[in-house]
Amino acid sequence: MFTGFFYTLRDEKVPVTPTEWMTLMEALDRGLAGASLSGFYYLARAVLVKSEAYYDRFDLAFRRYFDGIETSEKLAGQVAKWLENSLPPLKVDPSGRIPFSDWSLEDLKKQLEERLAEQKEEHHGGSRWIGTGGTSPFGHSGYHPAGLRIGGQSVNRSAVKVAAERRYRDFRNDDTLNTRQFEVALRKLRQLSRNDEKPPDMLNLDKTIDATCRKGGMLELVWDRPRKNTVKVILMMDSGGSMNPYARLCSQLFQAASKVNHFKDIKFYYFHNCVYDRLFNDPFCLVKNSVRTIDVLRDLDSSYRLIMVGDASMAPSELLMVGGALDWGVENDEPGESWLRRLAGHFTHSVWLNPIPEYMWPPVGERSYDTIGIIRGIFPMFELTVEGLERAVAKLKVSK
Amino acid sequence: MERSIYQGTADYLVSEDLRNAVNIAMALGRPLLIKGEPGTGKTMLARSIAEGLGMPLIIWNIKSTTKAQEGLYVYDTVQRLYDSQFGDRDVSDIRQYIRLGKLGEAFVSEKQAVLLIDEIDKADLEFPNDLLWELDIMNFYIPETGETISARHRPVVVITSNAEKELPDAFLRRCIFHYISFPDEEMMANIVRVHHPNLESNLLAEALKAFYWIRSLPGLLKKPSTSELLDWVQALVVGGIHPDRVTAEIPFLGVLLKKNQDFDQVLRRLHSPGGLQRQTGWPGNVRSGIRN
Ligand SMILES: Nc1ncnc2c1ncn2[C@@H]1O[C@H](COP(=O)(O)OP(=O)(O)O)[C@@H](O)[C@H]1O
Ligand SMILES: [Mg+2]
Repeated sequence: MFTGFFYTLRDEKVPVTPTEWMTLMEALDRGLAGASLSGFYYLARAVLVKSEAYYDRFDLAFRRYFDGIETSEKLAGQVAKWLENSLPPLKVDPSGRIPFSDWSLEDLKKQLEERLAEQKEEHHGGSRWIGTGGTSPFGHSGYHPAGLRIGGQSVNRSAVKVAAERRYRDFRNDDTLNTRQFEVALRKLRQLSRNDEKPPDMLNLDKTIDATCRKGGMLELVWDRPRKNTVKVILMMDSGGSMNPYARLCSQLFQAASKVNHFKDIKFYYFHNCVYDRLFNDPFCLVKNSVRTIDVLRDLDSSYRLIMVGDASMAPSELLMVGGALDWGVENDEPGESWLRRLAGHFTHSVWLNPIPEYMWPPVGERSYDTIGIIRGIFPMFELTVEGLERAVAKLKVSK
Repeated sequence: MERSIYQGTADYLVSEDLRNAVNIAMALGRPLLIKGEPGTGKTMLARSIAEGLGMPLIIWNIKSTTKAQEGLYVYDTVQRLYDSQFGDRDVSDIRQYIRLGKLGEAFVSEKQAVLLIDEIDKADLEFPNDLLWELDIMNFYIPETGETISARHRPVVVITSNAEKELPDAFLRRCIFHYISFPDEEMMANIVRVHHPNLESNLLAEALKAFYWIRSLPGLLKKPSTSELLDWVQALVVGGIHPDRVTAEIPFLGVLLKKNQDFDQVLRRLHSPGGLQRQTGWPGNVRSGIRN
């Protein structure tokens, strides 16, 4: 019954390994769960789950596996049964433990089977599991026939109920991991150079040896200045209505970009569907909070890496016609396409990230009702995914 | 080994599951990995454990350039070379050029120590794995002197991460893990009270309202954290600000927000329809706040 929990976790895609499972067995053997299911809940989570991104899946698995034993009377019987049916722990002698060796799943299964067979003969009756006579160090959350206490505060909430609340839903990795992976990808965008602001505090071994030899063996230390990233970045994001479905994705990219603090400079601008004579300082795209695109081009030199983010999907008139801009107050004397070409021409490195999956894009340069084809002809376009960002970063490292 | 149980301390509020995680890690002799946004009390936890258990605290602050080896020992060859040229010391005694790192210090500590490895995610990706072996077998060898440094007592190892980088799987498997969620308003109120026991409750309520409103704004470069809130509350108290003014004007906004862009955005939102003052029914439209 109990090993089933291991498989339920795997089934919910919590990446538990046999190593961690054995640690849990060791901990149970020492009575670290106390004698309650909630004690077990927190113990198992602390030992088995290594990222808050998996807390939610853990909750789902826990609920699935232990559901039906949340009422107190039932709990008494069920926990006892569960404890009895549990597998005896592997006796681990700390001194003999091989550091961080991984067990293969096969090994683990075999060992567990052997121990299970052993258990049938001896029958420990579960008392060992219930933490030897109150030696359990853990707080108030002891087993209580009339109900469980959790967190020392709320009475009558079983661990299963806590799990059922799914308080960590927001941390699911589908989300958080994205931001971090974006960040990792963006970190690769760097170009080191000598930095004259920092003190020279890095020993240059080759030059030291050389200089020392020249001085006939008198030590002469040669110091260098540490190098730092010289890459400057501009992120321009489309905040138009058709981007709404991708708001989350874009915000992840934004979060990632603002966290990567290793750029020499990073600027954020927004536009509505297409860039015209004004760029906006925030996603609301109000004229009173905008700057002239011309000024941006004048102030920012061509070495800035330009990252455009948008679905590149608009009415062809918005891209191709004078006065095609959607917003009142934006008077484009020139079609959006010219502005895009001007941007692409000014910066030596530029890319376009598109949240629409690549297989849906028309071919490069195709001039049809779908504006993606035209824009692809102006900027190298990549999918807004972790992989697409990685490819875009690689592209941004080499000039066109 | 005598077993001590961490119960929390007066100046640090600890949830029961966090407290359990600490005790589990100590009982199993495993490193405790604590993750959470800045300001969720990760660093403070290690202090609290040390204080609560009467153990010395050894802090190893990790930077992007920190190498695992530095935690064990450093052999100051340059000094030795210098001495061999100019000094009058006996350079044949290498031991005087060996300096123990923080992990080494924790190993040789007379009393069992708490070792805080703070912000491990700052270092490069290999760093955590490089430490695994020593953390596990609790000793290391110094080839230069032929000495082995073994832990007198297995230190309580607390490792914190702001999640700037993923940590390697092999490392994670060895750790006991706990994620500290950002405190909700109720918990935060308690934390502020720990630091400002005599705070007027009206002022606290308004400050929290403004604080969580700012945190809810999309697109901030750096959300204010607990530390900034505590400083801000201090500023409000010292400045003698009336609770009514707190959400209407957010005085001393510069204490909460360190980035100019965020500062401007919050001011803009504050004075736009649907801003905080609308929700509170406060008609004021005074531009205020100081920049620091
Ligand atoms: N649970 C808590 N109880 C008391 N004070 C806290 C708590 N959590 C955070 N703080 C306070 O918040 C500030 C930031 O905490 P710190 O430990 O530096 O956070 P972190 O290391 O997670 O960035 C400190 O002043 C600390 O005293
Ligand atoms: Mg800290």
